[in-house]
Amino acid sequence: MAYIRKVFTGFILVLPLIFSSLISSESSDYNMPIGVTEVSESIFGLHMLIFWICVVIGVIVFSIMFWSLWKYRKSKGAVAADFDDNFWLEIGWTVAATLVLVWMAVPSTQVMVEAYDDAEGEINILITGHQWKWHYEYLEDEVGFFSNLSTSQEQIDGEVPKGEFYLREVDEPLVIPTNTRVRFLITGNDVIHSWWVPDFAVKQDAIPGFINTAWTNVPEPGIFRGACTELCGIKHAFMPVVVRAVEREEFDAFIAEKVALAEEERMLTSKVWTKDELMARGESFYATNCAACHQANGQGIPPVFPSLVGSQITMFDSNKHIEILMEGVQGSAMAAFGESYSEVDIASVITYTRQAWSNGEKGDGVIVTPQDIVAYKNRIDL
Amino acid sequence: MSTVVESHDHGHHGPAKGLSRWLFTTNHKDIGTLYLWFSFIMLFIGGAMAMVIRAELFQPGLQIVQPEFFNQMTTNHGLIMVFGVIMPAFVGLANWMLPMQIGAPDMALPRLNNLSFWLLPMAFGILISTLFMPEGGPNFGWTFYAPLSTTYAPSTVNFFIFSVHIMGVSSILGSINIITTIFNMRAPGMTLMKMPLFVWSWLITAYLLIAVMPVLAGVVTMMLMDINFGTSFFNAAGGGDPVLFQHVFWFFGHPEVYIMILPAFGIVSHIIETFSRKPIFGYSSMVYAMASIAILSFVVWAHHMFTVGMPLAGELFFMYSTMLIAIPTGVKVFNWVATMFRGSITFETPMLFSIAFVALFTIGGFSGLMLAIVPADFQYHDTYFVVAHFHYVLVPGALFGIIAAAYYWLPKWTGNMYDETLGKLHFWLTFISVNVTFFPMHFVGLAGMPRRYPDYALQFADFNALISVGAFMFGLTQLLFLFIVIKTIRSGKQAKPEVWEGAGDLGLEWTLTSPPPYHSFTVQPQVK
Repeated sequence: MAYIRKVFTGFILVLPLIFSSLISSESSDYNMPIGVTEVSESIFGLHMLIFWICVVIGVIVFSIMFWSLWKYRKSKGAVAADFDDNFWLEIGWTVAATLVLVWMAVPSTQVMVEAYDDAEGEINILITGHQWKWHYEYLEDEVGFFSNLSTSQEQIDGEVPKGEFYLREVDEPLVIPTNTRVRFLITGNDVIHSWWVPDFAVKQDAIPGFINTAWTNVPEPGIFRGACTELCGIKHAFMPVVVRAVEREEFDAFIAEKVALAEEERMLTSKVWTKDELMARGESFYATNCAACHQANGQGIPPVFPSLVGSQITMFDSNKHIEILMEGVQGSAMAAFGESYSEVDIASVITYTRQAWSNGEKGDGVIVTPQDIVAYKNRIDL
Repeated sequence: MSTVVESHDHGHHGPAKGLSRWLFTTNHKDIGTLYLWFSFIMLFIGGAMAMVIRAELFQPGLQIVQPEFFNQMTTNHGLIMVFGVIMPAFVGLANWMLPMQIGAPDMALPRLNNLSFWLLPMAFGILISTLFMPEGGPNFGWTFYAPLSTTYAPSTVNFFIFSVHIMGVSSILGSINIITTIFNMRAPGMTLMKMPLFVWSWLITAYLLIAVMPVLAGVVTMMLMDINFGTSFFNAAGGGDPVLFQHVFWFFGHPEVYIMILPAFGIVSHIIETFSRKPIFGYSSMVYAMASIAILSFVVWAHHMFTVGMPLAGELFFMYSTMLIAIPTGVKVFNWVATMFRGSITFETPMLFSIAFVALFTIGGFSGLMLAIVPADFQYHDTYFVVAHFHYVLVPGALFGIIAAAYYWLPKWTGNMYDETLGKLHFWLTFISVNVTFFPMHFVGLAGMPRRYPDYALQFADFNALISVGAFMFGLTQLLFLFIVIKTIRSGKQAKPEVWEGAGDLGLEWTLTSPPPYHSFTVQPQVK
């Protein structure tokens, strides 16, 4: 018996050590990341403080409980005492619990005030959650782009081996400068998403009709991976966040390149496009932005995502087709693409869907050019 | 005189034969039995959905189901476990035990009682039927946040809304019945502060239900209007507010969380005092603690929404109010421990489940306290850490309370003792598997795995495989529970009226025969 007791007590005493070795090692797979910013470090410290307070309370309460169960077991001949309250004991533990909570509340409030700060940043980035990708826009420079999952469907389906960054890689990460206060303005385009980068301790819901703010200031260059954390539909798990923090000069070069690309894009709008050029561009646009719902074969998943093959609109009504792409469809999952994409993109994907899957042979096969989209926009503006 | 009562009893008011006994019954025990079996069946349906989820998550990649069906599974698993398992099981226990604990012949409103039950199979029939419709069932999570559940929902959402309305009506009618029974049918001498703690826990729960079920009905009605009648409560494009949905939902949702745990507090208090052979420590503080928890539950709802972008003052208010709940909850845990202290303790199956309840519910309480800390919640929110937290309070919390109650009162209900060896086997398998399932979820959550993901990054693979193994083991073990229950109903050692040593002094239910007469107390007992 004495031996069992010794082993039991030993186990109770060693338990916290096992925990601590599991949990406080740097870059642990078992614990919250410490992160790279001051705020994330404060939050990690707070998390560990609260955790250890809970562990200590737990060890005390459970020790008393298991000791009582052991000591006062009937099989050993324990006879029940006859008391059922103790005024001062009850007052005592209520007060003690309150004091512990105050002890927790003080640092929590300090960290919260530190983390909560919606003043302007040096760089302000508008983050928009879409089903199922992120759009980033640098407000100072008026350039933006979409960031899509780059893991292949074959990897997801298990047809090829999964890469190191399976489901945590994108075609174009968000780029931010180091040692700069960056403010994120976060909103949603369709349903609620949530933008999370654990290493910055930034998690903020992206809600349609609202603009939430968050901020960070990253000291070191690096690549930081996060996720969407609010259920947003079928591909909720497939719209990761990747942020690349770079030195200021590299960031400026990146922005300059983006500005030049945007300028080039504007030039493309006035260019005369051939059908083949539009088709090629439309096909890749379709694969990235449309195939998730309407499927690569255009069949969609009716009735939620209608088929584009042999539809009246894709075959005979190019005006309606443009309107749907530009304005979206109220009360459905079809978003308005007009604000987010260039005239060239919209025109090319309309042309592509009017030609592909034998829509071209069976329908009117109208080619929609970027100029048509500009004309549509001007008409709406009037 | 008493012989007249007896013959009257058996002549006209015994149970009817066949199916009509169950369809038309107004007897509290029959209705309690119906509720308990309904909940048991739902446990296996909701559990099967959990098995699908865990099978898909066993390894990274999409193997068994597609994300669309996965989302339907998580949604329906949550809805069924909350509304179809935990709540009906507690109502079933209330039906069986309240009249017997307060010395009444039956519930106050027996026909209403019948209606409350039979609404439930209708509601869940409708809900589950959506899974077989072309567009599939609800797929927007059990919290059904708009606009995913309105503008972007499959059209079967209308069935879901109707089904929630029916569940709400059932709960409200049940609560009215319980409150009426407790206030009007107590035995002479049973003052409020002499009521058994299970009765107290249900009185408070019933008030919570009456307060918040209409709020749930309101929020689904607003959804119905948005979807079908062109309103814009939650549609930002029409001037509405998606965050309003969350405020209204969680104003229902947080009290709902306590609706699912308070009756378990009552049950565990009875079991611990029985098997410690010592009256519950701090009876009145137990009552005040439950009342405080219930009142506080109305002012903490936004702690589910720390990341929606509230002002600083709002974040801090909801952090402080949530932390306050730790005080009455802590008091309850201390009282249970103090009841065991200097008792004379034996370890029958109900006691084992109750001890596990105290230990594991407390762990769920700790993670709840961590989640209350707003800045840290930015990291925990919507990850598996939250999943671990609420499963710790709902499975080894609420569900263990229900299982403990079943073992504790089964001999009373059936007149047969359950098989103690099998009961202990059931306990240990359940205890081990529940921890293997839910404890690693803390780690994957902290390491960054978001909830409601059908597929995940490679660094979470090992823990997920372990969790799935635990879950399969937990699921299989409950078949053993089913076997034990059926075995006890059919045979077993004859149970004495007091069933447990010394229980005769602890409550009126132990003064009745095992099984008890059809109309529990035909003559009101006197409580001293």
